Amino acid sequence: MQLSRRQFLKLCAGTAVALGASDSLLAQVVLALERATEGNPAVIWIQGSSCTGCSVSLLNALHPDIEKVLLKIISLRFHPTLMAGSGDLAVRAMEETARQGNFYLVVEGSIATHADGLYTVIGERAGKAISMAEWTRELGRRASGVLAFGTCAAYGGIPAATPNPTGAYGVRDFFAREKIKVPVINVPGCPPHPDWMVGTLAHLLLYGRPQLDEEGRPTLFYGRNLHENCPFRGYYEEKRFAKSFGEDGCRYQLGCKGPFSNADCWSRRWNGGVNWCVQNAICLACVEPGFPDAHSPLYVNE
Amino acid sequence: MPTKIVVDPVTRIEGHLKIEVEITDGKVTDARAGGTLWRGWEVILQGRDPRDASQIAQRICGVCPIAHSVASSKCLDDAFGVKPPPNGRLIRNLIFGSNFIQSHLLHFFHLAALDYAKGPEVPPFIPRYQAQGHYRLDETTNGEVVRRYLAALKTRNQAHQMLAIFGGHMPHVSGIVAGGATEIPTADKVIQFGWRLQELQQFIDEVYLPSVYLLASAYPDYMRIGVGCKNLLSYGVFDLDEAGERKLFPAGVFTEGNFHSLDTSRISEEVKHSWYRDGTSGLHPSRGITHPDPDKVSAYSWLKAPRYQGKPFEVGPLARAWIANPVLSKHANAFLGVSPERQVRFRDLGEAAFSVWGRHVARAEECAIIARAMGEWLRELRIGERSCVAVKVPSEANGMGITDAPRGALGHWMSLQGGKIARYQAVVPTTWNASPRDDKDVPGPMEQALLGTPVSDPEQPLEVVRVVRSFDPCLACAVHLLDGKGARLVLDS
Repeated sequence: MQLSRRQFLKLCAGTAVALGASDSLLAQVVLALERATEGNPAVIWIQGSSCTGCSVSLLNALHPDIEKVLLKIISLRFHPTLMAGSGDLAVRAMEETARQGNFYLVVEGSIATHADGLYTVIGERAGKAISMAEWTRELGRRASGVLAFGTCAAYGGIPAATPNPTGAYGVRDFFAREKIKVPVINVPGCPPHPDWMVGTLAHLLLYGRPQLDEEGRPTLFYGRNLHENCPFRGYYEEKRFAKSFGEDGCRYQLGCKGPFSNADCWSRRWNGGVNWCVQNAICLACVEPGFPDAHSPLYVNE
Repeated sequence: MPTKIVVDPVTRIEGHLKIEVEITDGKVTDARAGGTLWRGWEVILQGRDPRDASQIAQRICGVCPIAHSVASSKCLDDAFGVKPPPNGRLIRNLIFGSNFIQSHLLHFFHLAALDYAKGPEVPPFIPRYQAQGHYRLDETTNGEVVRRYLAALKTRNQAHQMLAIFGGHMPHVSGIVAGGATEIPTADKVIQFGWRLQELQQFIDEVYLPSVYLLASAYPDYMRIGVGCKNLLSYGVFDLDEAGERKLFPAGVFTEGNFHSLDTSRISEEVKHSWYRDGTSGLHPSRGITHPDPDKVSAYSWLKAPRYQGKPFEVGPLARAWIANPVLSKHANAFLGVSPERQVRFRDLGEAAFSVWGRHVARAEECAIIARAMGEWLRELRIGERSCVAVKVPSEANGMGITDAPRGALGHWMSLQGGKIARYQAVVPTTWNASPRDDKDVPGPMEQALLGTPVSDPEQPLEVVRVVRSFDPCLACAVHLLDGKGARLVLDS
């Protein structure tokens, strides 16, 4: 018996509750998975000066969930945290995908440029270290498009904060230095919301390039100011300010950076909608260029 | 003649790790582990408002940010001279516990399990190492493991949701601050949290633990492979009182067959084989000096070599379990063939504890213990009461914050001058485990664990990465750094 792709996806949808006794379909799961990503667009995902938080956030995708993203939407040819192969095998998978062309490049983390890129070595080829800078340059030139996931990849993030000890750059700045013209879409956030990453990717595949703001971000997710739309805005107008954590009132005097931040956390909320930073404490403006320096110190607003 | 092989990148771990081994007569006879990323976190922390440290420091790692958040906040509490109120301690524990569960599920199912079960024949599950005899599960069992891989994706997500109820968002929480936690517990939050916790407990008991013992039964040789240095160290974790004296997992040291109490003044970091200038070796982290030197010939890692009394120590679930010696689940009884009425404790595994499966078993068993304790902490929460105390930033102060993290002993050290951070140092679990050789050329714990590992096909060294992944390495954490002098010496521009 063979499963159609539709049947397979239905089966996947039931996995969380259907655990337990094996059944005769199980052997077919593997077979069905084989077919599920045929013809999906190839994606190479590389990590530079990163913490893997953007990848972990991507795993939190709910609609569609990460399983569907991997099996139905993309063909993930290289991802350091998820891929089965290691070493040579992994490097070859990446090179073969790049050779075939027609792939999207996702960059997580910033790109260290000092010391010939030696601060971030991400693999080895024929006995020679490959730096993040080298891979971003090589793959970036050949990619159909580049997605900079997270504030480090978009704008440099914490690795590029003062005194930027490794000469870290976001992808756009790095491309400008290298004179690479391939278009980059920024999906900042520390980390970005999974909806922002999956939504941008889906937009690209289904409707083409989304509309971007002047910071290169999709206006769909980053088009409105957080403070102007904040549910605590009424308190601000009344000048009722929380003086300590947990107290009711606008969080501005606790250091909240909502007024400087453009993202839809106020309506989308996080982790299945259970909470978001301002409700819990304060916004850090982690989606903005210059995070964290531009609005340091974080817990003070003068 | 030994065959030399290089695995770079080691995937399905956090961060950038290179492993180099020599194989003689089908067994590993030499091993080197090298961290290949350096970001200079501690330089970046210098000169900042110390309250920002917990936000910046947790972004060292997106897999276990709470570990850094907790260590950093404890470091700030210490420097500021404050103690979180009971709700603050409990909420920190609940957030941290959720992170442990998420991290352990992710590690076992999504990072490690593909070393034992074949994923589907599509990327990112292919290409894979696949030599004769590498995979031993029959088709049905393999399919079941794949199904559990997919189910665990959803369950780990659930752990993050639970975490965010008190933490704000995850990865990287807003809810842990100097002085405690930000959320005042309400009945609805407690219920939302408790409901998810029950589902997680069920998954740990019915899926995670049985899966570990299932794979251990199919690959029993890995109860003998990956022994390591047998020196174990834990800082202890999960405060059970406001003074932080009683912990769910106690601090301790085990070496040469004996148990000792922990004395953090015996920690030093050595750099003979690390890309830092010589002459800065052997210092305690509170006085550590680190000058990067990417061209140093004798070096092969961005990790320093932390040592306790001059010796390498393994940290992490195995160390915690060996020191705490908890009663294990009934799945362990079945695995060991012991009647269910008897209590089996971790040390009853004997020599088999020092192995690839010893580490996986310790991780899964502690996951169940932590989940159970979280239910108690949840009940102890005082609805509507404050979770933090106000803090004042002193002009001059020193702080130390130590805790065990999912991957082992984690310490943050800080000194303040003029109300700003003058020095910040973190010594993290993977720096202990994946450390390079030290000044006496003694290999680190993971390097030692690799010795003797049989490798059937040097072109496809699956056995090597099985041993490496049993430590759950986290390289972004491991390579951190440094003091003020280092910042001025950063090379090239």
